[in-house]
Amino acid sequence: MGDPLYTGGIGVAVVLITLLKVLIAFAFTLVATMFMVWFERKIVADMQHRIGPNRAGPWGLLQTLADGTKLFFKEDLLPDKADRRIFRLAPILAVVPAFLAFSVIPLGGNFDTGDGTVSIFGHRTFLQLADPPVGVLFFLAMSAIGVYGIMLAGWSSGSKYPLLGGVRATAQIVSYEAALGLSVVAVLLVSRSVSTHGIVGAQSDRFLIDWNLVVTGVVPAVVFLIAGTAELNRPPFDLVEAEQELVGGFNTEYSSIRFAMFFLAEFMNTVTMSALIVTMFLGGPSGPTFGPDVLRAWILPLFWFFLKLVIFLFVFVWFRGTLPRLRYDQLMDLGWKALIPISLGWLLLLATIRVAQSEGWPPPVAMAIAVAVLIAGAGLLSLSLRAARRNREADAKAYA
Amino acid sequence: MSSLGGFGVTWRKFAKGFFANEEIVTTEYSAGTRLRQARPEAAQIAPAARSPRPQPLRGRHGEVHRLRAVRRVCPAKCIYVRGADNDPADPTSPGERYGYVYEINFLRCIHCDLCVEACPTEAITESKLFEFSFTSREDAIYTKAELVVDAQTGKPQQLPWEDWREGDDEFTSGWVRATAAQGDADYVGRVGWSGELGYGVREAEKGQTAETPWQPAKPAADNGAHGHGH
Repeated sequence: MGDPLYTGGIGVAVVLITLLKVLIAFAFTLVATMFMVWFERKIVADMQHRIGPNRAGPWGLLQTLADGTKLFFKEDLLPDKADRRIFRLAPILAVVPAFLAFSVIPLGGNFDTGDGTVSIFGHRTFLQLADPPVGVLFFLAMSAIGVYGIMLAGWSSGSKYPLLGGVRATAQIVSYEAALGLSVVAVLLVSRSVSTHGIVGAQSDRFLIDWNLVVTGVVPAVVFLIAGTAELNRPPFDLVEAEQELVGGFNTEYSSIRFAMFFLAEFMNTVTMSALIVTMFLGGPSGPTFGPDVLRAWILPLFWFFLKLVIFLFVFVWFRGTLPRLRYDQLMDLGWKALIPISLGWLLLLATIRVAQSEGWPPPVAMAIAVAVLIAGAGLLSLSLRAARRNREADAKAYA
Repeated sequence: MSSLGGFGVTWRKFAKGFFANEEIVTTEYSAGTRLRQARPEAAQIAPAARSPRPQPLRGRHGEVHRLRAVRRVCPAKCIYVRGADNDPADPTSPGERYGYVYEINFLRCIHCDLCVEACPTEAITESKLFEFSFTSREDAIYTKAELVVDAQTGKPQQLPWEDWREGDDEFTSGWVRATAAQGDADYVGRVGWSGELGYGVREAEKGQTAETPWQPAKPAADNGAHGHGH
């Protein structure tokens, strides 16, 4: 397996094609980020009875460019108490992984009738920058490194609000990374692959029915969406930069281009997370195709991918327009007491079904036993939660 | 599930705004001079798009005649006052002193209305104008000549760089004070506000009595009722 581009030895053409891919991926992430900022402002404006940006360019499309240019020419402040080196490093640490994470997302390629490849200048290749055998883990690693950017920004600013934002970021990501990972494992289990290309390939046989959204039974997709929102620090999980509580959170002391980099990273991550959800649960670029090869390999897969992508971008904006920010204890409760048990239980259920299939156990019996065990587990969990609360209340009464 | 009902609300609002362009409440700005020159029609389009302001909004300050207390009370330190003695033969304002220099820096003002509260002669009020855009610091610092109301009409002046629409100068009194729950219990439900700039005193609303002579609180009852020491 792996990208057929690199199987026949590395020549000049291969290097050039790879460079072209790098360039396109870089340009695409930048343009997508610009679009996302504008998209979010426009949609939220409609939800809040406002007009939104409409001055720079047609429908205000160039607003982000204008903002970026403005930020570029602003004074770059460096607080006296800041840890200078880390303060300068943090935005880079946030923005570089955001770029890298996107490189494993398959954007197109004929998955319907072919093997997910396209032909560029006579070379067959995947329409993604890189397809490492551990593509999904690579994505998780990159998004985890991005958190260091936020955490170090908060820590190095030498100021209390950024520090609080940084601490919140760390605790929040640790809490939700587990739920995120467990729902990813469910996908890997049914797809039998860790590479993003393989995951899309496993979903491409039939429209919708073979998508992991259906195959894994919706629950991991929902958990992934919620945990992903928390991972992105987007509303309603934006406690890291809660304006009402922390001024601006981790980026309070940042200005000019350094602030712009955090902003860029945040929206780029949103785009990448949506793209990953599409890849893992909605079959990525796979969908019904027809017509000549150009249509089959290039236009329609790209169309399907971007359609799904925009839907999820809208969902993230919708979350923002609808849900109020969680309180910190609610955030922790949701992460540890709801999402992790649910995704863990669901993973066990999926694993049981797989084993039952391969061992030839009668499906109804296996299902019944698995569900009974899960219900018993849920019961024990709720009992323990209740006991913990009772103890807490007794303690509170004793100290009162 | 009611907690998910919010998604329906935002979706409906989004659909109305996005597909039908309805229910948009914010102003489409007529924008700066350059846009007006480039697109003269922009200035015409804008006023219609503007929605009515909620009445108790605080905006740019209107009339100003005197008083140092307002400067002391300002949390943003945006008011600069220098007083001078009134000429007894031809007084500029009632009282001994008047504001010789009076400036409000709208780069600092947070429109808290504390200066309106502080002034015993009700010489300062706020209009509903709160959207400012200036091209220079000088424009942002309003001098006495710019703040004082028009002597004939009693209305605030419209300065060349301000974006005013029909009705923006109505309902400028601080009527919130009269109905606030924290106010003096003796005045509950009573019209106690001053006149609108150039429009006179507003009518009493539902549940309020019109102008009645003020009854000072009884000193004997006051001690017992409020319970603070002698």
